[in-house]
Amino acid sequence: MSASDIQPTQGTNAEMAGTGLLDRKAHEGEHAASSVQAVIINRPRADLYQFWRDFQNLPTFMPNVRSVSEDGRRWVIAGPGGTDIELETEITADDPASFIGWRSTEDSDIDHEGWVEFRDNAFGRGTEVRVMISYDPPAGAVGKLVAKVMQREPRIQARRELRRFKQLMETGEVSTSQAPEAAPRS
Amino acid sequence: MRALTWHGKHDVRVDTVPDPQIVNPRDAIIKITATAICGSDLHLYDSVIPGMHSGDILGHEFMGEVVEVGRGNTSLQVGQKVVVPFTIACGSCFFCGKQQYSACDNSNPADKSDASEVAYGYPAAGLFGYSHLTGGYAGGQAEYARVPYSDVGPIVVPDGIEDERVLFLSDILPTGWMAAENAEIEPGDTVVVWGCGPVGLFCIKSAFLMGAGRVIAIDHQPNRLALARRNGAETLNYHEVKILEALKEMTAGIGPDACIDAVGMEAHGFAPDNIIDAVKQETKLGTDRQHVLRETIMACRKGGRISMPGVYGGIGDKLPIGAFMQKGLTLKTGQTHVQKYLPELLKLVLEGRIDTTDLISHRLPLEEAPTAYKNFHDNPNEWTKVVLQPHG
Repeated sequence: MSASDIQPTQGTNAEMAGTGLLDRKAHEGEHAASSVQAVIINRPRADLYQFWRDFQNLPTFMPNVRSVSEDGRRWVIAGPGGTDIELETEITADDPASFIGWRSTEDSDIDHEGWVEFRDNAFGRGTEVRVMISYDPPAGAVGKLVAKVMQREPRIQARRELRRFKQLMETGEVSTSQAPEAAPRS
Repeated sequence: MRALTWHGKHDVRVDTVPDPQIVNPRDAIIKITATAICGSDLHLYDSVIPGMHSGDILGHEFMGEVVEVGRGNTSLQVGQKVVVPFTIACGSCFFCGKQQYSACDNSNPADKSDASEVAYGYPAAGLFGYSHLTGGYAGGQAEYARVPYSDVGPIVVPDGIEDERVLFLSDILPTGWMAAENAEIEPGDTVVVWGCGPVGLFCIKSAFLMGAGRVIAIDHQPNRLALARRNGAETLNYHEVKILEALKEMTAGIGPDACIDAVGMEAHGFAPDNIIDAVKQETKLGTDRQHVLRETIMACRKGGRISMPGVYGGIGDKLPIGAFMQKGLTLKTGQTHVQKYLPELLKLVLEGRIDTTDLISHRLPLEEAPTAYKNFHDNPNEWTKVVLQPHG
């Protein structure tokens, strides 16, 4: 997949699943649980691309991502019941300042695919950011548990991750009302 | 520290809780010198606002001394006296850029904003001490408070000024002012204000400053009506007269130019399930009681304006939409963009053009807050506004 495949509609913070996308299968991922979300961010798209492209930054706005190795390939994700899900990822598309695609390899605990697109808002309101995240849960009993969480969650998860990314990029911090001992990170 | 905490319907207590700390770089910690109980706090007290957790610290009208600032705060300094807006705004999103601070896109934490996004289509901004729908931020009826984005919200006030003169910049003064601005008052206009609570009183004061020729205020509490009269308004007691007939007669048949609903859903009881239902199931919604809004639509002159600072939360029905359209009315509303109005209003206060102290009926230590809630709730005629002093 590349940036030219994507033809999203105008809009801010809209849930994009369905109407705005011409080829649902291609754009929403081929996995059991997936969601596309969009948000507008008041920062140049090169800045946003650069921050996202360094996958080691992902845990700052994706609380489910516990850690990312230095080369950006090995992700540890919070699974159900305090378990760790390990992903070995590879970049599938990289168009500077506009598009990043990735997917998990066979060495991963689950199948995962995602992309993020950055484009200038036509009316000077900043950068439109669209994200697709999808999962395929593993087989077996554990898989069912993972599925229960993952299939329910991608939409909410993608929406919250985009909100946190927007907060971090626009304000320099992730908004929280938690007390310090309970705060995820500052 | 000591703080007023919520534990359920008509159950608020002053507890010892952990001191707030700097969490994010742009935070500040404020030592609170004065804080007020707002009419809208009574709906938390009545337990009709969803999204409250036992132990939540209430209070969204507060001011005090800066005692600590985060490393990312380049504007506030320790020792400064500040008033804190009840709306939390980041200052850098699209909405803050348009000075629509109460629509800030970033101040409601990501894991708190799903409910309002379902209920209203888009997530609400963060507010202090007002349920987890608006962020779950600890409020200011306490000895100290953490203020996020403190380089955008709090306004520094001059040393030595009495707290009571500036405290209400946090909410009710700008709320009354924005309501009057939304009424688009022209010189000589007749403006009618429904509700003589603190916001209604500030609507009256603001309307006269904006050139209203005449302000008519409506309530049924004698003390509140007396306060309105002392501020220059003519008054109507809705237990004694038929409002539509009285207004028509007083304006010789033309009707008032602008009508302000400073009551909202609240006076007649907040339908508790509105927002919960909206989240649970978008098709089965409760109904807001909107008697005052209906009355403003019927009472307003043709081509007139309606301003609605009164709070509504859910879904309404039986609105006289035909009258609204056929008469060509305009309606403006919204949570207050407090930050937008602070410099202008502080100037008016310092020049002595707005008296902010005449509505205060009680001044009490924080420890007496539970009693104050009960009396403010049970006896609104005598308890018009309570100011708490957490540090004596």
